[in-house]
Amino acid sequence: MIKSIIGLYHQRSQFFIELLLQHLYITSVCIVITTTVGLLLGLLMTRHPLIAAIVLRLSSVIYTIPSIAIFGILVSITGIGLASAIIAIVLYGLLPMVRSTYTGLTEVDDEIIEAAVGMGSGQRHLLFWVRLPLALAVIFSGFRTMVVMTIALGGIASFIGAGGLGRAIWRGISTNYAEMTIAGSLLIAAIAIVADLILEYIEKRVRIRYLGEEG
Amino acid sequence: MSPWAIEFDHISKSYTPEEVVLTDINLSIKAGELVVLLGHSGCGKTTLLKLVNKLLDFDSGYLRIHGKKISDWDIEQLRRSIGWAIQHGALFPHMRIWENISYVLRLQGVEKNRRRERAAELLQVVGLPAEYLDRYPRSLSGGQRQRVGVARALAANPSIILMDEPFGAVDEQTRLQLQQELLQIHARFGQTILFVTHDIHEAFRLGDRIVLIDEGKILQAGSKEELVFEPASERVSSFLGTKGFSALLDDELLCDLHAQVQSGSFDPDLCLQRLAAIKGPALKAGPSASDRSP
Ligand SMILES: Nc1ncnc2c1ncn2[C@@H]1O[C@H](COP(=O)(O)OP(=O)(O)OP(=O)(O)O)[C@@H](O)[C@H]1O
Ligand SMILES: [Mg+2]
Repeated sequence: MIKSIIGLYHQRSQFFIELLLQHLYITSVCIVITTTVGLLLGLLMTRHPLIAAIVLRLSSVIYTIPSIAIFGILVSITGIGLASAIIAIVLYGLLPMVRSTYTGLTEVDDEIIEAAVGMGSGQRHLLFWVRLPLALAVIFSGFRTMVVMTIALGGIASFIGAGGLGRAIWRGISTNYAEMTIAGSLLIAAIAIVADLILEYIEKRVRIRYLGEEG
Repeated sequence: MSPWAIEFDHISKSYTPEEVVLTDINLSIKAGELVVLLGHSGCGKTTLLKLVNKLLDFDSGYLRIHGKKISDWDIEQLRRSIGWAIQHGALFPHMRIWENISYVLRLQGVEKNRRRERAAELLQVVGLPAEYLDRYPRSLSGGQRQRVGVARALAANPSIILMDEPFGAVDEQTRLQLQQELLQIHARFGQTILFVTHDIHEAFRLGDRIVLIDEGKILQAGSKEELVFEPASERVSSFLGTKGFSALLDDELLCDLHAQVQSGSFDPDLCLQRLAAIKGPALKAGPSASDRSP
């Protein structure tokens, strides 16, 4: 079995490389969008408690809907293809991103914030020099969760016509070719694990740098 | 320019409609004065201090800084010109010591080399070695952090410095040392300092003038001598533990105490003991040391 999977990678290397690149492309786009929207939304929530309550509630509701159902709904709105896939993946990734941004920013010690304000910091100084750096470690851990999730969900996206490694899985299933399915899944898992390891290392550095925590 | 650095004029403040925290505060602080706000926990000292850099707003009255109404100041400009030091230092954990000290200079757009130089200067002023410049606050002891907190308050050469129990969290010996250093800094640079404490001894060591606050009202504002020998009310002397002093004192002791009060080494506890030894039971009517501990 393992042999035949390795053989498959060899034989169809062009096919897998293409899917891998597509997969990386789709997840990168999703990560950029999720990060941007998540940061902005998290920031907005710290300013307006009402928005915070609504967003937190909504984003947990999204998790109770099976991803297949979300894809189904989106397909009926934005049609089959990349756009639907990206929207669905971003929706899923938002929760860890928004939540970590929001908690990170709100958990910064009040006394530190008061000291910064009392010394004459403007809104922007306060945010970029004090609050964001101090929230960075928490935000980054949410970012890490989101990246791994996005890479994994990228596999499902192929089911509604976006490219990526999910296509190998899809093809394997529809042609009853188990090795193909496994080969695709393994690659997705590999990317996710590598990304997680790299981000774990960076997160550690961030923690030490900004919070002085070891390990 | 106004001779007054800070003027509280019939200031009142409450957080909730039910409870008034500051009632009709009238206090004028001369430029260059070191004024200590003394009072029990919860009497409103911090609240009063935070009105000056507008971290809080008052409900009624007038507050003038350098003769100008506080509402007429550009608030960020004002805050940058007022030093602010609090308990534990409240240093920024993600910034090196030199970055912490020169934070206000960064807000003012001073370039990096100049900021570092200034931080090095100030580190010396507060008695810390130069190699601390590149350290992070977490690697400093509590006392060292408080020193850095004081240095940070001095960075932009503020004419007014607000200090809220800045030496509250260190051992007695370090506190004495920090107090001495503060007096030296004040003698050297002549800033207006508003210093909050609940410690009578600290107040007597530091203050040109002591403002005694109780339940949001000023009981008395005056020199150490005035507070001890001419208390405005029973509450003042019972707060300080000096009740019945003037009636009991003979001339020699009075001179002695005057000297002690003036030098800042006045200690009401020791005085009471000495007086008790001389006068015996007459003093028993006064308060015991235990019911006036801050
Ligand atoms: N944000 C707030 N909201 C409501 N009440 C407050 C607030 N801050 C302070 N108070 C109340 O106002 C009163 C004065 O508080 P303040 O902090 O000025 O006292 P303090 O003299 O500085 O005390 P301490 O020596 O303990 O620091 C207290 O009764 C406190 O409970
Ligand atoms: Mg206080």
